[in-house]
Amino acid sequence: MDTTTHVGAHAAHDPHPHGEHPHHELGFWRKYIFSTDHKVIGIQYGLCGLVFLFLGFSLMMMMRWQLAYPGQALPVIGKILNVFGPGSMPDGKMTPEFYNSLGAMHGTIMIFLGIVPVAFAAFGNFVVPLQIGAPDMTFPKINAASFWAFFVGGMIMLFSFFVPGGAAKTGWTAYTPLSIITDQGGTYDPVFNGQTLWLIAFIFLITSSLLGAVNFISTIIQLRAPGLTWMRLPFFVWAQFVTAFLLLLAFPPLESALIMQLMDRLAGTSFFLPSGLVVNGTPLHVSGGGSPLLWQHLFWFLGHPEVYVLILPAMGIVAEIIANNSRKPLWGYKSLVFAALVLGFLSFIVWAHHMWLTGMGTAVSAFFQTTTLIISIPSVIILSAFFISLWGGSIRFTVPMLFATAFLPMFGIGGLTGIPLAFNSADLYLHDTYYVIAHFHYIVAPGTIFGLFAGIYYWYPKATGRMMNEFWGKVHFWPSFICMNLIFLPMFLQGMLGMHRRWYDGGQGWTLAGDKVWGLSGFQWNQPISIAAWCMGLAQIPFIINFFWSMRHGKKAVSDNPWEATTLEWTAPNMPPHGNFVTPPVAYRGPYEYSLPGRDRDFTMQNEPIEPGEQVHHPSTEPVLHA
Amino acid sequence: MDHSDEVPSPGLMEAPPDPHAAQHVAAHVRTYLIVGATLLAFTVITVALSYVDFGLIFSHLFRTNLSEAQGRKANVAVAMLVAAFKAGLVAAIFMHLSAEKRLIYRILYFTVFFVLGLFWLTYLAWYNPIVR
Amino acid sequence: MEIPYTVVARRDTGVWNAKVGIWLFLASEVMLFGGLFSAYVFLRLDAGPGDWPHGVLNVPVGTFNTAILIISSVTVVLAWAALKMRQFTRYRIYMAITILCGVVFLVVKLGYEWPQKYVHFGARIKESELAKYEKYLGNQHLLAEGFAPRKEITGHLHNPQALHDPNIKEYEIALDPVNADPTNKKMDRPHFFYVPPTEKIGIVEKADVEYANMFLPKHSSYFATYFTITGLHGAHVLAGVLVFCYMLLPASTRLYRQNPEHLANRVEVAGLFWHFVDLIWIFVFPLFYLL
Repeated sequence: MDTTTHVGAHAAHDPHPHGEHPHHELGFWRKYIFSTDHKVIGIQYGLCGLVFLFLGFSLMMMMRWQLAYPGQALPVIGKILNVFGPGSMPDGKMTPEFYNSLGAMHGTIMIFLGIVPVAFAAFGNFVVPLQIGAPDMTFPKINAASFWAFFVGGMIMLFSFFVPGGAAKTGWTAYTPLSIITDQGGTYDPVFNGQTLWLIAFIFLITSSLLGAVNFISTIIQLRAPGLTWMRLPFFVWAQFVTAFLLLLAFPPLESALIMQLMDRLAGTSFFLPSGLVVNGTPLHVSGGGSPLLWQHLFWFLGHPEVYVLILPAMGIVAEIIANNSRKPLWGYKSLVFAALVLGFLSFIVWAHHMWLTGMGTAVSAFFQTTTLIISIPSVIILSAFFISLWGGSIRFTVPMLFATAFLPMFGIGGLTGIPLAFNSADLYLHDTYYVIAHFHYIVAPGTIFGLFAGIYYWYPKATGRMMNEFWGKVHFWPSFICMNLIFLPMFLQGMLGMHRRWYDGGQGWTLAGDKVWGLSGFQWNQPISIAAWCMGLAQIPFIINFFWSMRHGKKAVSDNPWEATTLEWTAPNMPPHGNFVTPPVAYRGPYEYSLPGRDRDFTMQNEPIEPGEQVHHPSTEPVLHA
Repeated sequence: MDHSDEVPSPGLMEAPPDPHAAQHVAAHVRTYLIVGATLLAFTVITVALSYVDFGLIFSHLFRTNLSEAQGRKANVAVAMLVAAFKAGLVAAIFMHLSAEKRLIYRILYFTVFFVLGLFWLTYLAWYNPIVR
Repeated sequence: MEIPYTVVARRDTGVWNAKVGIWLFLASEVMLFGGLFSAYVFLRLDAGPGDWPHGVLNVPVGTFNTAILIISSVTVVLAWAALKMRQFTRYRIYMAITILCGVVFLVVKLGYEWPQKYVHFGARIKESELAKYEKYLGNQHLLAEGFAPRKEITGHLHNPQALHDPNIKEYEIALDPVNADPTNKKMDRPHFFYVPPTEKIGIVEKADVEYANMFLPKHSSYFATYFTITGLHGAHVLAGVLVFCYMLLPASTRLYRQNPEHLANRVEVAGLFWHFVDLIWIFVFPLFYLL
């Protein structure tokens, strides 16, 4: 009965085990929409993510009007914005509920629909397989599923703006019990209300990230080209590897928490509702016995690693670009790798520093203060290594390099201003003020987003075969750089004056009691900040035009390696075909062999064999054991 | 353990097939049946143990009086030990973790560490607050 | 270029792609259930004495379901072993048994255990009124024996409209044995076999009740965690059953004819997922049924 005799073990070596031969002729839909090719998926992620980034920024530009000119009608577009429903902008004036929705959705969209998809999914998908010399991801279909889960999640988020009551309005952290009692009961639909849709969309987004993370890690482990040992991986690959692990292990606890909050909203459970809760003078009819703090623990168990999910890919991009444009090996490659690993590891055990105000005990508090301070060490190692890499280099200030160098001081400011927040006692004062806003925006806005811009300008020729325009790139960079600082530097002052981050009127009611800095009260600072924010919006126009115009009309890339870089993605043809490489690449050396002595070119690519008698000296080229 | 200097060609990166795979598997079938029977037996045991008052037994053992709540904790500890043993059997034998590649172990080390962190700190947050 | 190592292991890592993938996925699953179990620990530690119910689930049925899952774990690993030895018919038989076990588990869970809970009722008495219901609760007796107090009166609700109608001032409950005869020493600890409510009717005034509901997720932290964790676990069982069904479809037979090792790898990966689902249940069972 058995078929043992028919099928030999050697069948495993059949080169096309599925009987599927590489298909060359795919229709438009399979090729560009429902593709399983990592490059197409990467670009899909990138475009969607950029649209969401701009959308999230637009929400903030609207909020900035309300903060600078509270209660005044938003000129011109105010009336149009009534599409968000009668409770949003009556007579062009923003209602508090709508303001809260904008705030919550700004955070959610920027982080989970903007930066994570672009930094992790788009760059990871497009660049990582190319950089490790792989034909595709290990699981292309799961990769496509990841994108479509993200897409559905994003659409649900957008849809939630148009349900009665509007989108989620309890902050991107959705703190319980507020997030459970909001939009609940009465005329609200149990499912089609902002808070519930937020939870459902979020579950889709997490599913997407988990599928992506599994794919990234297995791809990096399994599909590295022959000779591409761990210590020869470009730092960007390492950054994505650590990021993927953070997503893989930190997101599920939040997913469980989201399921619990969904149960609280839909099934009436009390996971996060304490006993004896009274809302508007009426005791809430629930069983009670839950814990609001449980939500915070599970949320921040993701929330802190998420910070490193946002920053690590940008660090990886910046590392590539700095090495390429300073024509020098990246300084301290091994230190960078281990710093990234330590950063990832420690990021799991610092989360409660977001919860100093919950009144946790001294022992727990001391533990988290200590780990939080320790985590600044690997961050400083990474930043220092980047700075030292610049030292003595022959720097080319190309547009990617402008953004990459701007990343360094911006991230530095963001990081250093975080240290006071790490201390329980200082944080009691600064918690939930604009100081905190300024601190983490310095990390993610002029930090990560500048990193992303750098990456877009840098890998654009690989994706399209054309360069982005240099001049308009600079017109994009300088105003962005200036406006970023005009937006966020004054926020430190506002925060230290005591301005709370969730004030709907921008602190107008409080301004009489407040002190002044440089002649302006905390509230008055809102106006210059808002103007800078709108200028920042204008500064993105050159980028948008440049991005689309260059696809067709940009200068053609001079070769497959227009930046004269060393890593493997530049050995693939521009606009790589399905399967990426013409011949399977083999790596013989480290990722950053710039300016090797005694060569006629100042870069040596990873697939160039070691020449007889060549001195191998850089740490990243030292012989290393296989995994 | 190959050095990176000797770069293998793409074809040679594949591990050689194990000619004795089928015999190895055949030898394991008996083990799987035994483990299955053990798991069933321990299911019965853990049910039976839950009706034993370990609070009482431990009170005699350590000559202290355990309250009912403490006694329940003793029962929880015993039940969790049995469950951990069963889970260990499933992981080690059915999931082949007793002889897996180092790579898989490394992934799991991290996971175990973080999941324990999740439990420990959740417990600590409950145990050491200023206000409840 | 084709994607390498889909069937044959890579030499330096020693594994093929899907094996890495499934273990990474299981790692994330550990964290997912870890979050839920840590919520269980958190809520249970936070519950006061007598707030966490004991012995409300049907232990023999739970034991039966545990056994079913363990048997299915054995058959799935035997199915894989049969494939490795190229015994295709045997593989299909073992696979079919596995699917059957999964279905039985789900039917017992969703068709019997859960519905039995929906019709059960529990009323938690206010702390200040506990003494008034001493005849149902027997707290004096429990105090003397050193047990935690009872705060809840359970059974079948005779007047279900009382849950919604504000004009009805009291619940009429066909009492569970433990409330019908609270000072009986046999009632101090949970029973092994399920004992249905007695004929005895207890009257509980709504004004004295802190919170009352059927045994639904909203009833208490205990049932909230029970339904959420077993529900999520059930969803995993269902997913596993669907994957196994695919393994019996003609497409898998064709794959076997072309490359048996590839199918064996797929079965191994699906089996790893299934063992993990079994492993989770090994913890769920004592935590909810026995402790």
